[in-house]
Amino acid sequence: MTTAPVLAADTVGEPAVNITIFAIFVAATLVIVLRVARTNRTATDYYAGGRAFSGRQNGIAISGDYLSAASFLGIAGAIALQGYDGFLYSIGFLVAWLVALLLVAELLRNTGRYTMADVLSFRLRQGPVRTAAAVSTLAVSFFYLLAQMTGAGGLVNLLLGVSGSAAQNITIAIVGVLMIVYVLVGGMKGTTWVQIIKAVLLVTGAALMTIWVLGKNGMNLSTLLGEGAAASPRGEAVLEPGVRYGTSNLTKIDFISLSIALVLGTAGLPHVLMRFYTVPSALQARRSVAWAIGIIGLFYLFTLVLGFGAMYLVGAEEITSAPGGQNSAAPLLAYELGGTLLLGIIAAVAFATILAVVAGLTITASASFAHDVYNSVIKKGTATPEREVRVARITAVVIGAIAIVGGIFAKNQNVAFLVALAFAVAASANLPTILYSLFWKGFTTRGALWSIYGGLISAVVLIVFSPVVSGKVNANGTSASMIKDTSVDFSWFPLENPGIVSIPLAFFLGWLGSVTSRKPTGAEAEEFEAKFAEMEVRSLTGAGAEKALVH
Amino acid sequence: MSTVQSIPGGAAPAATPGGGGGGGASYVEVAASPEFRELRARFRRFVFPMTVLFLAWYFTYVLLAAYAPGFMGIGIVGDINVGLVLGLGQFLSTFVITWLYVRWADREFDTSAAELRARIEGPAPAEAGGESR
Repeated sequence: MTTAPVLAADTVGEPAVNITIFAIFVAATLVIVLRVARTNRTATDYYAGGRAFSGRQNGIAISGDYLSAASFLGIAGAIALQGYDGFLYSIGFLVAWLVALLLVAELLRNTGRYTMADVLSFRLRQGPVRTAAAVSTLAVSFFYLLAQMTGAGGLVNLLLGVSGSAAQNITIAIVGVLMIVYVLVGGMKGTTWVQIIKAVLLVTGAALMTIWVLGKNGMNLSTLLGEGAAASPRGEAVLEPGVRYGTSNLTKIDFISLSIALVLGTAGLPHVLMRFYTVPSALQARRSVAWAIGIIGLFYLFTLVLGFGAMYLVGAEEITSAPGGQNSAAPLLAYELGGTLLLGIIAAVAFATILAVVAGLTITASASFAHDVYNSVIKKGTATPEREVRVARITAVVIGAIAIVGGIFAKNQNVAFLVALAFAVAASANLPTILYSLFWKGFTTRGALWSIYGGLISAVVLIVFSPVVSGKVNANGTSASMIKDTSVDFSWFPLENPGIVSIPLAFFLGWLGSVTSRKPTGAEAEEFEAKFAEMEVRSLTGAGAEKALVH
Repeated sequence: MSTVQSIPGGAAPAATPGGGGGGGASYVEVAASPEFRELRARFRRFVFPMTVLFLAWYFTYVLLAAYAPGFMGIGIVGDINVGLVLGLGQFLSTFVITWLYVRWADREFDTSAAELRARIEGPAPAEAGGESR
């Protein structure tokens, strides 16, 4: 590091190189987005990319959507500082895909059209259920979006050699504007291609660094782990679980709570679910998930190597003192290995990652508002597809603007908990209702509403009154909560992850609301039966499923 | 069948409880047929136990990580310990279950599902009149 061309305070590498490589990425993706935009004609094009992507393409795009900056920078950094406990995260993120593969992806693809609410409201009352599903979709997307936007602001100090509030604000605004352009011009097709390109760059970059780090250790994982443990201030403890979550009984329960949310949250993330509509059939949806599991699994194996590589090649002290802290482990490792050029590539990939994920979130949130709230609830299904897509585009601009403003206001806050909150809400508000409506005949509108709102409200309320928002103080007296004023403390819920309470509660409310509903009689019961028969036959056989568009 | 958007209606796929599409059979008829019941039973016999299995294995691992760090720290070879092997085992089991499910669905599920789909959508003319009772 001594030969580093250190520019501004604590900046490594050459910002001009980082910016140039990122600009090339933006230019290349914009060209592709403009090209595919010419085939964007119908609502199905805008929302579902014409359902014309292959399973492999969609699998790569799902990986691009899923591997957020939190996955790449966050997990590599967590492993570099905490060792094994960082690795635990990635396992939950991966195993979660089996829920999507076995229980959700194909049945959802066969039953719905554009959004999660299509499936949830299939045999229940349209208005209230779609509204609830849209509220939950918007909440999850907003939490996730805000976390990504503030992440972009945090990265800029480290990677672009600029510091100060104004530079961060400009970066957040640029990310927001680019995201709006991708979504407005490219629709789901453009967004999908951005995700495919980003996933290929991210996995290639991570693979290159992984081989490099392993090569330094004679391709021997054990040697690498030993080097890491020898260099870490925590010593051998980094090879075992417990550094982060093993300190007290409370942290252990918190870890279990997080694990439940991670494994059940993925199959309830609206932007992941929407991706299953971009393929022509359930068979291709199955292929998508299989590809995604392969790519995501491989990537998390890479992060294990990268984390331990950073642990000894960069060192814990340098990581924690760098701007961006834990998130800087992977970029600093890139610099250590390949100098300015590799750092530039990895920095550009990190920004591309944020850009692709926020674009995916924005199109999902805009589709949910236009399709579920505007057309189905406000217009009672009478809006033309053209009109609906126009509302979706306007919504995308509004969401983009809110994300920029929110990101600017939140950039100095500690909002890393928002990603975990998004998973907790997805697992509490969405997954129980998805599973109940697909598999349980007795599920009713009241059950759905109680489960969605109960899961959403309990998860959010428990977070607000948890130590992540107020009252958590570090050993050195500084605040570890979102509210930096340590004299403010209104927390009474001891855990940082609400899943262990909110997820069982949502399942219970779904059941309770259903069994206490009035039993349908006469013609109503007949229609209820017919609807359930239709949903069951469609979900399993694909009869009546939406077909791919042929241009 | 050949139409791009086979389901009319804007908000939700409109229910036509009486009839499905070009194949003649209605959803209710297919749902009541022994072939569909068999298909559903086979699907559930595969995915439900598999879900219980992988969730049990995952939460066993999570509980071991939280409450048995000593066990996880037992060395196996060099700096590779039980915790790492079990963690990598989660990756391996996820890949294997994915492979097993895709192979099962491709070989055993899709053909039966397509046969039932044809009863509703067509296009095979032989299927069109032959409703299942």
